[in-house]
Amino acid sequence: MSSAAPAKGAPPNTRRARHARSSRPPGRGARTARPAGLWRDAWHDLRRRPLFAVSAVLIAVILVMAAAPGLFTSVDPYDAAGCVLGEARGGPSAAHWFGTDNQGCDTYARTVYGARNSVLVGLSTTVLTALAGGLLGLVAGFRGGWLDAVLSRVTEVFFAIPSVLGALLILSVFRTGTVWTVTLALAVLAWPMTFRIMRASVITARGQDYVVAARGLGASAGRLMFRHILPNAIAPLIVVSTINLGVFIAAEAGLSFLGLGVQSPDITWGLMIADARARFHEAAGPLLFPAGLLSVTVLAFIMLGDAVRDALDPKLR
Amino acid sequence: MGRYVIRRLLQVIPVLLGATLLIFFVVFALPGDPIASLSGDKRTPPHIAAELTARYHLDDPFLVQYGHYLAGLLRGDFGETFSGVRVSEIVAGRFQISLNLALTALVMEAVIGVGLGFYAALRRGRAQDTLVLAATLLLISVPTLVTGFVLQLLLGVELRRSTGIDFFPISGAFDGWRSYLLPGFVLAGTSIAYLTRLTRTTLAEVLRADYVRTAVAKGLPRRRIVGRHALRNALVPVVTYLGADLGTLMGSAVITETIFNLPGLGQELFRSIYERQQPVVVGIVTLLVLVYVLANLVVDLLYAVLDPRIRYE
Repeated sequence: MSSAAPAKGAPPNTRRARHARSSRPPGRGARTARPAGLWRDAWHDLRRRPLFAVSAVLIAVILVMAAAPGLFTSVDPYDAAGCVLGEARGGPSAAHWFGTDNQGCDTYARTVYGARNSVLVGLSTTVLTALAGGLLGLVAGFRGGWLDAVLSRVTEVFFAIPSVLGALLILSVFRTGTVWTVTLALAVLAWPMTFRIMRASVITARGQDYVVAARGLGASAGRLMFRHILPNAIAPLIVVSTINLGVFIAAEAGLSFLGLGVQSPDITWGLMIADARARFHEAAGPLLFPAGLLSVTVLAFIMLGDAVRDALDPKLR
Repeated sequence: MGRYVIRRLLQVIPVLLGATLLIFFVVFALPGDPIASLSGDKRTPPHIAAELTARYHLDDPFLVQYGHYLAGLLRGDFGETFSGVRVSEIVAGRFQISLNLALTALVMEAVIGVGLGFYAALRRGRAQDTLVLAATLLLISVPTLVTGFVLQLLLGVELRRSTGIDFFPISGAFDGWRSYLLPGFVLAGTSIAYLTRLTRTTLAEVLRADYVRTAVAKGLPRRRIVGRHALRNALVPVVTYLGADLGTLMGSAVITETIFNLPGLGQELFRSIYERQQPVVVGIVTLLVLVYVLANLVVDLLYAVLDPRIRYE
């Protein structure tokens, strides 16, 4: 092995290398001396999967719905004037595609507007757990020793606490539930999972030849962690985070359903389900439509996670 | 083996201490004055308030209160509510219902999950395998909240309305074991899917192992190869998953309990949070932590029975 090679070429995912790759259209024709890296391989593989295409389209629609619900409906469900009590629990009609709920409000418009809070909780909790758990896992796995021992014991404690009940407890400390308290409650209980995954993957990576070589060349701890180990150890974290996004959205709906999550007059799918529950056996529509969109959203993210995992982990093929 | 058991038991202690401390801390931070809320709208007479405060150590610093609680716990005493009812009395009946629910879910999980995984692994790559995988994806993705209400509507209400079959009670725990059928399945949903996938992958892997090839070469009948040689070895991770899941199922049942009106631990915890009965809240969560830790302990010890290659020094 030449002395200069490891520092430049061995970590296959330095920012420069990735940039160089992405500026060229990926494909068989690309003339390059660099070997196709994990990410390019995965992207190439991913694009041909029907599971990926379906979930990507679904997620795109849901994200647009969350960002600009006005594009999907002209009714503003936050304006109480649109609700006519006399039309409560009406079935689907031309004016109300999904019928109306117990208050006579349009179920379709409420379902569309409910996407925003769900997506917000899902995204922010995912980012928070990936950052907190990922960083702590990176440092613990890289450093080892007492820091790793302490953090690992702490995660064991968190794993022993039932997560739904734990989240209920944390939420009851705050007097009112909002998107952000729900995010916080979920993240406090979920970071140990991302921590464990990152730690395990860093421990595998830190013994690899390219890390030893970079260390031999005098790379600092920060450089080793962030330029050499992180890009090669982050794949499992990305897979789990994608799947978790769906899980968090479902969890938000559950907490809001129980009454400690996002509060009325904010619209969320969980709250809509809770509201429609009392008259569920007479009028199922107001419950089934938000429930359906909730399921599709969770399904889309879990499908995406499955597809990304298959693409990133060739061992499972 | 004896030394391993002792070491494993010692590992349980910091987890229990940490978890109870954490729960106690959160409950300590719950807003509201439990003594004041005892007398409703009226003011609690000062001498009674003072006596109750002293009795429940409410003026002591956080760590002292925690010490008092822990000392009680070591004597098997979960404490009492601010109105003087033993927490153990409140929790006992609730625990039974939660346990029934979780065990029903666990049995369904084991039977359906292992069965489907087994079926798919033997037909790897064929249409049936793909179908099973698609079903697991659906089971994982549809939240409990949705499966609960949909099954309640389809099997509990519509089935009775159209055919007169009244087999699935949709509310309460008044019909013996039948009360737990629907909620048990709803609670087990995600776990069934994970267990199916786990069984499928492990069994498929084991079927490619050398000793299975040897068994085939010896001319053993297929049923014996799959049943004795492959399945037993594939069961090790499956049993681990099942054991760890008991605690998870009991702890995550609150949504299912709410949908089906089962008065289990989750419901009681929920009520106690609203009524600011901190001792009940701490007691329930501590109990669930105990179940989780003990179930994992039993699973660890079961390893040796299932896989003779594993030896505890």
